[in-house]
Amino acid sequence: MDIVVSGLSKSFGTNLVLDGFNAVFPEREITCLMGPSGCGKTTLLNILMGFIKPDSGSIQGVPALKSAVFQEDRLCETFNAVSNVKLVLNSKSDSGIIVEHLNQIGLKGSLDKPVNELSGGMRRRVAIVRAILAKSDILFLDEPFKGLDDDTKKDVMNYLLDNLKGRTVVMVTHNMDEVKSLNAGLIQMEGKSK
Amino acid sequence: MFSLGVQNMNDNNAKKIRMEKTAAVVFALIVWQAGAMLLDNSMLLVSPLTVIKRLFTLFFESDFLSSVSFSFIRIVSGFLLALAAGSLFAIIAGRVHIVEVMLWPFMTAIKTVPVASFIILCLIWLSSSNLSIFIGFIMVLPIVYTNMLQGIKSTDVKLLEMANLFNVSWYKRLKYIYLPQLKPYIISAGSVSIGLAWKAGTAAEVIGIPEGSIGEKLYEAKVYFSSADLLAWTLVIIFASIAFEKLFLNFLKKFFRRLERS
Repeated sequence: MDIVVSGLSKSFGTNLVLDGFNAVFPEREITCLMGPSGCGKTTLLNILMGFIKPDSGSIQGVPALKSAVFQEDRLCETFNAVSNVKLVLNSKSDSGIIVEHLNQIGLKGSLDKPVNELSGGMRRRVAIVRAILAKSDILFLDEPFKGLDDDTKKDVMNYLLDNLKGRTVVMVTHNMDEVKSLNAGLIQMEGKSK
Repeated sequence: MFSLGVQNMNDNNAKKIRMEKTAAVVFALIVWQAGAMLLDNSMLLVSPLTVIKRLFTLFFESDFLSSVSFSFIRIVSGFLLALAAGSLFAIIAGRVHIVEVMLWPFMTAIKTVPVASFIILCLIWLSSSNLSIFIGFIMVLPIVYTNMLQGIKSTDVKLLEMANLFNVSWYKRLKYIYLPQLKPYIISAGSVSIGLAWKAGTAAEVIGIPEGSIGEKLYEAKVYFSSADLLAWTLVIIFASIAFEKLFLNFLKKFFRRLERS
């Protein structure tokens, strides 16, 4: 089922962030949101994820099982990468699969360290594996490649493409190359979008 | 190489602090000994040497261990009960605002009412042998409650949002989000309140005079004007309090280390 957003408005105090926003996010496809800073991309994502309520408008078709890579990594700082991924999985899930995914994304050798001892790029990759392995029908990605160098970005993008299949993806980005590489649909947002 | 240098600097610093503290204790003992020699009246001020000698003879008295264990079990029980109840109240108050509001007058009253008033009031309700449990409990409760509530309130909202989105179970929230964030608050509550539990618990025993307690020994020292006994038993209380504090804080450190590695 596609996600249909109609007439969505949201303001914070006197700051109108979304003004009658309309969009359709096709099921099992990747849709990218682009636009200048402050145009409401993250606000829209937060509304879709259910963290904030819109002032008006309607949203239909958001699946119950959600997963996300947030703008901040939102990791449990004193735990290692494997534990951070385990957090969102079923208690019976196999640690071997987690290790395999973390190794695949270039974190081999850093799995035992608490995540607060990892670099920004490594932390980002832990957040990405967590989002991928969590059971979900929709994936929200808020600037998932932030802090990654070009080579790592390429690897992570391939990792995402290999593992996204079958899920609806809504991704915030500032980079048109990412949209093309992921073969994604594009919604261009402008301040107070109509 | 760099980390080795930093390690050496830290070791030297720790050694320096230890030496400074030892020197301060030795200086205090010298001042005490000099004061005792100047006054030359063991009832007014007994010398540290006499106190230490008395302390060693205490160890070999038949009822020493039973008195220490009597008070230790009760005061520690009061502390642990307060730790459990204070944490439970804080968890409920952290979730239900009205509970926090309703508990506020009780916690404020407990914090401000003098411990002697509580002891005398409780002597009417309770047997003197269990008084130190309740007094230890009542003195520690608001400290644990306040610290834990502050910790719960300062839990990272963004992590809780993440947990909601991923439908993380309550057990995993506790393990991965709440407990690590509460760690400094639990440690702080423990280190502040253990000493207080011993002070208040012993005061309750001195007033209630339960048979076979440290408080009874202090009371007897007062009756017989035995400064050496008074100070020797005071040292026993200090050692017991410090020993339990170290034990408790070590247990917490090990618990959190295991939690983070699991």
